[in-house]
Amino acid sequence: MASLRDIKGRIDSTKKTKQITGAMEMVSASKMNKAEQNAKGFVPYADKIQEVVASIANSNTDIEHPMLTKREVKKTAYIIVTSDRGLVGGYNSNILKNLVTTINKRHQHADEYTIIAVGRKGYDFCKKRNLPVSKSILGIADHPTFADIKDLASESVQMYSDGEIDELNIIYNHYVSAISQVVTAKKLLPIENLDEHGASDSDYEYDPNQEEILEVLLPQYAESLIFGALLDGKASEHAASMTAMRSATDNASDLIDDLTLTYNRARQAAITQEITEIVGGVAALE
Amino acid sequence: MKTLDVSVVTPSGPVLEGSFEFVVCKAETGELGILPGHIPLVAPLQISAVRLKNGNETKKLAVNGGFMEVQPDKITILAQSAEKATEIDVQRAKEAKDRAERRLQAKQDTVDKTRAELALKRAMNRLDVGQ
Repeated sequence: MASLRDIKGRIDSTKKTKQITGAMEMVSASKMNKAEQNAKGFVPYADKIQEVVASIANSNTDIEHPMLTKREVKKTAYIIVTSDRGLVGGYNSNILKNLVTTINKRHQHADEYTIIAVGRKGYDFCKKRNLPVSKSILGIADHPTFADIKDLASESVQMYSDGEIDELNIIYNHYVSAISQVVTAKKLLPIENLDEHGASDSDYEYDPNQEEILEVLLPQYAESLIFGALLDGKASEHAASMTAMRSATDNASDLIDDLTLTYNRARQAAITQEITEIVGGVAALE
Repeated sequence: MKTLDVSVVTPSGPVLEGSFEFVVCKAETGELGILPGHIPLVAPLQISAVRLKNGNETKKLAVNGGFMEVQPDKITILAQSAEKATEIDVQRAKEAKDRAERRLQAKQDTVDKTRAELALKRAMNRLDVGQ
């Protein structure tokens, strides 16, 4: 059995860990609130741009644009949204698991896909397994602005326009609530299923014309989808981190309770033993 | 007097909502003035100032990389960034302008040049609106 001093030491160190995880939980909670607001602030923009794209695409069926047309898929790109550090529970591993399953299911050869990594965890994972990473962005702020990811987003969209890739997917954690995040895989390009968002009835004039507007609008739309997923992912990250830290704090409390019980038992045993020894000693003298 | 409901939305949230009598902005094809009752229209915007008028009062916004959607009683401007005159940091815009000008003078490859040109446009637009 461990000595009293050992147990005391463990209790103290666990208490300190508990303090730290408790503080981290609170930090994540406040970050999560901010991230949630950011994600909400983005919704009007996303809705509006989608509405306009849908109304243009649906108003005219013979409209042709590479981003709206399906083509034979030779190479697929996956954007994975992960965090830069750990301590976020299953947040990263769920994403990476989904990525690996998808790749195993859809591709035979490493030439058929490429990965665009957002966040250090995803990047390291792919590097370690020799998965092809064509672009990466590390060290994203907790509350990213559009400017932070503009380059990555437009380069990814550019890769599609240049024919380097024929399909662009994104895998991220969708924020449902503070305790629930769902891994979501979405196809960004080619743009599909615009109809389901219900085109508005208004017949627009286009200045200068529909083709040129689509030329400007579609890349912006795709970029906005990437940014939206990133904001969603960030909210999830903070939520996951909060949950992970809360359970760490709870576990630390349990551990401290257990250790305190053991400590008290050991202390009691030591006292009892001392008394027995004294009594024994006295008896021997008589 | 009839008014138009104007909302300016960016990825980081709505920048401005309000009713105005007259809106002037620069589309890719030229300057556009919009009064209430305009036919539905979609047009991309230049990096430029949007002017919103109410009587004698004029509000200015610096808009970058956006387009607008016009309906008879409503205008929505979607932009990658948009700033009100009061929010613009004139000092910073000046510095950005100088930086972009220096870059343009140093002969560099075309990618950097286009970027510098865009940066210069944004900075000039901000200065124009902010002052």
